Amino acid sequence: MIRGRVHKYGSNIDTDAIIPARYANLRDPVELGRHCMENIDPSFAQKVRRGDIIVATSNFGCGSSREIAPLSIKGAGISCVIAKSFARIFFRNAINIGLPVLECAEAVDNTETGDELEVDLSSGEITNLSKGMVFKAAPYPDFIKGLISAGGLIEYARQILKSGGER
Amino acid sequence: MTIVEKIIAAHSDRAEVRPGEFVTAKVDLVMANDLTAGIAVDQFGKIGVEGVFDPKKVVFVMDHFVPNKDIATAEQVKRLREFAQAQGLIYLENVGIEHVVLPEMGLVLPGDLVVGADSHTCTYGALGAFATGMGSTDIAFAMATGEVWLKVPPTIEFLYCGKASKWVTGKDLILYTIGQIGVDGALYSAMEFTGDAVDALTMDERFTMANMAVEAGAKAGVFRVDDRTLDYVRARAERAFTAYESDPDAEYAQTIEIDASSLEPQISLPHSPDNVKPVSEVAGLRIDQAVIGSCTNGRLDDLRLCAEVLRGRRVHPRVRCIVIPGSQRVFLQAVREGLIEVFLEAGAVVSTPTCGPCVGGHMGIIASGERCISTTNRNFVGRMGSPEAEIFLSNPAVAAASAVTGEICHPEEVAKP
Ligand code: SF4
Repeated sequence: MIRGRVHKYGSNIDTDAIIPARYANLRDPVELGRHCMENIDPSFAQKVRRGDIIVATSNFGCGSSREIAPLSIKGAGISCVIAKSFARIFFRNAINIGLPVLECAEAVDNTETGDELEVDLSSGEITNLSKGMVFKAAPYPDFIKGLISAGGLIEYARQILKSGGER
Repeated sequence: MTIVEKIIAAHSDRAEVRPGEFVTAKVDLVMANDLTAGIAVDQFGKIGVEGVFDPKKVVFVMDHFVPNKDIATAEQVKRLREFAQAQGLIYLENVGIEHVVLPEMGLVLPGDLVVGADSHTCTYGALGAFATGMGSTDIAFAMATGEVWLKVPPTIEFLYCGKASKWVTGKDLILYTIGQIGVDGALYSAMEFTGDAVDALTMDERFTMANMAVEAGAKAGVFRVDDRTLDYVRARAERAFTAYESDPDAEYAQTIEIDASSLEPQISLPHSPDNVKPVSEVAGLRIDQAVIGSCTNGRLDDLRLCAEVLRGRRVHPRVRCIVIPGSQRVFLQAVREGLIEVFLEAGAVVSTPTCGPCVGGHMGIIASGERCISTTNRNFVGRMGSPEAEIFLSNPAVAAASAVTGEICHPEEVAKP
């Protein structure tokens, strides 16, 4: 179960906003986290408390394929991102590095910065504790559930290579 | 089936695929660059295999921050160079920008399925290939297994008719299109570009259009293979390839028609590629810098267009004009054609091929309060330097003409036809 305060953003939050390319030589998530959102919200890294949640409207993570984008969000201490929709590369990257990403338009529409949310990742249930409202995120497709339960893409690769390509 | 569906089916041992299905597909080429290969190599190491699935199908291109701009870059590139050597991968450093170089070397061919740890991997759709960007972990998986998982995208057809007027290029068609549908207008979909107006485009213009498919949220942007594609490819191919065409009864999620004959050159205003207006509505805004280059518009046709505007003219004294050929081959040909001389005589600087300012790396970073017109593909906040700077996207002729007058203008104001 995840519990945290909301930092809310608008639509089309791009990867240059999440982490500028000038930090692409960094690899430590915590160091990357210090620069997270700095182009559009310079005080973000100071504001975030461990476990906090980003809520954004549509097309979150558009732009570059840089995996340091979800890594910096995770490194900043964010526990999950809830949006109406995600850019497709960001979505894959987030799943691959273990940053939970949930699609739920109702939760986005009914949540403000500062609200306290509780998220049950196994059921997809999102509770806005400040407003006393409960929402249900779109479930992941079975294929992606399979990847997550295999322990992520790297673990999945180990398994299929060990079994000689059998799935 | 559409071109995209046919290519995915052929690479996943299926007779047919439908949008929304999940498949595991074999890849013909896997690419990563100096910004993304580092994490891919780390993740590859965790998988615990000795070697990549096929070293002749894995290519590393050092292009974003090279020639190495600082110690951190030099260390990163050194590590990647050593990994590539040990694995026997195709390794390209100081050759040019990945999306310019791979097609010109014949490393991507029609019908291929290509994945790259760079969002503009979709550029290769110009060749009738299915090419898409992914993150480093997905690329590590592909390096180890030679496969990727994909969700088959629905295809949206963009049908361009009419004859575009002088100074209206493939860049203007794609900017206009993104302006119409928005930066998430093709989210999770493939864009297929069809119609007389795209048949008339040069290969370089098709690369420009396919390149920016991701700016509409698309997974891929594709063209059908025609004689022009075949001429381009036959001069380079060293292996067999397959040209796919969408069936006459292929199912498109939607068909969007665009009349190219009515368009002016287009400008994308800060801070989103879909904030598009015709140049006449933006004309007169003072600029501080003009950048001509990148994987969007750093090819020979782009430099020729730029030279047509700059020949015999001077860059405005207030403006820094930076021209960056997309590859060493483009650079060399531009030297041979006398284009570089035109740029230098006009007062522009010419850089060695690199991504450079496009991604705020080096070679033309902008300061707060500055305004830059650029032939690149993204004008996000802080993309080229200061978050308080403004980036306007245009075609190369508009950027060159604006460099001459010092304000955004239509190329015909400078170069009377
Ligand atoms: S030129 Fe710009 S958009 Fe193209 S690969 Fe380089 S950084 Fe990315």
